[in-house]
Amino acid sequence: MKVSPIERGANYLVLIGFALVVLGPIGVIVTMAFGPKDASAAREGGAFHPENFPEAWEIGRFGQYMLTSVVVATIVVVVSVLCSILAGYALGTMRFRGATLVFYVFLLGIMVPTEAFIVPLYFDLRVLGLTNTVWGVALPQIAMSIAFGTYWMRTYFRTSSLALIEAARLDGANSMRILWQVLVPIGRPAILTLVLLVFMWTWNEFLIPLVMSPNGAVRTAPLGLAFFQGQYTQGTALLAAGAVMVALPVVLLYVFLQRHFIKGMIEGAVRE
Amino acid sequence: MSDGTTTVGRGASRRSARPGWIAWAYLAPALLIYGAFLLFPLGRAAQYSLFEWDGLGESTFVGFDNYIEILYDERLREAFWHALVLVFFYAVLPLVIGLVLAALLTRSQVRGLGFFRSVIFLPQVIAMVVVAVTWRQIYAPDGPLNGFLRLIGLDSLTRPWLGDYTFTLPAVGLIGTWVCTGLVTVLLMAGMSRVPRELYEAARLDGSGPVREFFAITLPTVRGEITVALTLTIVAALKTFDLVYVTTSGGPGTSTTVPSYEIYRRAFQLGDVGVATAVGIVLTIIVFAINGVVNMIGDRK
Repeated sequence: MKVSPIERGANYLVLIGFALVVLGPIGVIVTMAFGPKDASAAREGGAFHPENFPEAWEIGRFGQYMLTSVVVATIVVVVSVLCSILAGYALGTMRFRGATLVFYVFLLGIMVPTEAFIVPLYFDLRVLGLTNTVWGVALPQIAMSIAFGTYWMRTYFRTSSLALIEAARLDGANSMRILWQVLVPIGRPAILTLVLLVFMWTWNEFLIPLVMSPNGAVRTAPLGLAFFQGQYTQGTALLAAGAVMVALPVVLLYVFLQRHFIKGMIEGAVRE
Repeated sequence: MSDGTTTVGRGASRRSARPGWIAWAYLAPALLIYGAFLLFPLGRAAQYSLFEWDGLGESTFVGFDNYIEILYDERLREAFWHALVLVFFYAVLPLVIGLVLAALLTRSQVRGLGFFRSVIFLPQVIAMVVVAVTWRQIYAPDGPLNGFLRLIGLDSLTRPWLGDYTFTLPAVGLIGTWVCTGLVTVLLMAGMSRVPRELYEAARLDGSGPVREFFAITLPTVRGEITVALTLTIVAALKTFDLVYVTTSGGPGTSTTVPSYEIYRRAFQLGDVGVATAVGIVLTIIVFAINGVVNMIGDRK
């Protein structure tokens, strides 16, 4: 379709202007992170200070928090994706009574706000001695990810090839073999998208680790950052460096696998 | 074993009859964890909300008193009002900006659209805490925003953006706009790319301008995407927690407190678990109601 050169020029301006609005704040925090942390650093070392990162890592204990985040995220991703594949397989390829009801029960979980169920869950898990443990932080997030994951995998299995399933069955494969040796290998893109989304949600989650670990024994990276902001008030360079480090793992994944992120968040949102 | 008799719908014909228990065996792990750590506590929340409890000692049954308190407690009423204000910043504003942006970009063939899409989607993947820490620096009294205003001679507009009774809520809301607009725009662009070009050509031949084109062709096509975008962003607005916790802690005074923050404060700082869970239940009902209404309007032809 033809549009006038003026309109096209104006469009480029809008495009660039908007991209700058999005990138501006990110530029601000990255600039701050490399800036001098105090007046003496400014006098001695000039304007570029990459040493802020190891220093923030040390003072802010980000090493410890990141490790906690990695552990929690690994547990949540592995358990919830496995459960979602199994449940999505049942809902997507098998016929049984109550299938529709179960599907709607999972859908409900996608919408329930965390803050509604986390308060009673905290008090019940406290009785069981699970608060301030990795499992106390991970299990509620596994439950939430299963709700979305089951929905996501069901969609994939419903569109998977019936002919393939039939052929495998004629070859004498049982339902377990069909799943792991036929459907899962072909479904790698869909599963990778799910893994990335669950990892991102878990890594970025704030409320659940905040509530589930009141004594800070299981402090994930975003919590560590919020804590660091409260504790460390001299200057902003180290805080900014901490913020960049907390955001970096997911942002790096996004840079390399953005199609998966965008596709997942757009298609995952579209209801049938 | 296969069953080829039902052919309604895409999925129906592809399912096969197997003993029912196999399906339940596959569902069991998911249902167990999901039930124990989400559904069950949700039920418990409904139960807790009928009691007065400080989180430690004995609890007393109080019926619907906790819900009545939500109506009368000024701070809680304010919190829900603030959530509504945030809906404007998270949902309405991004939708308006996104519609204009997506329509402009779909109409003309500009290059670099893929890159642009990746850039504007970026705020969605950054941890909200990082976003909040960043904007707190930007809004700081001697931060970049005030610095910029001074630079262009608008000293009168400078203020402590997060310490001002009037401007803090909009300032926090605009962070939400910054986060949500990219998602909404990308969603709408995906929808608009489906419109056949011939439709626009035909409209042009009929002599309709860009504005008519937008209302007659573009808007009706992306109805579904608008529904999805509104659902996502409204729910995000109602669930705002990290942002308020890190930027303002509800302050100054009560000027930026929101339901989620009140739930946390009451349950874990004030020892008022009953009211906290009641607010949680009300929030859940509101989220479901809005979901229902938005989808109902979206589905109507």
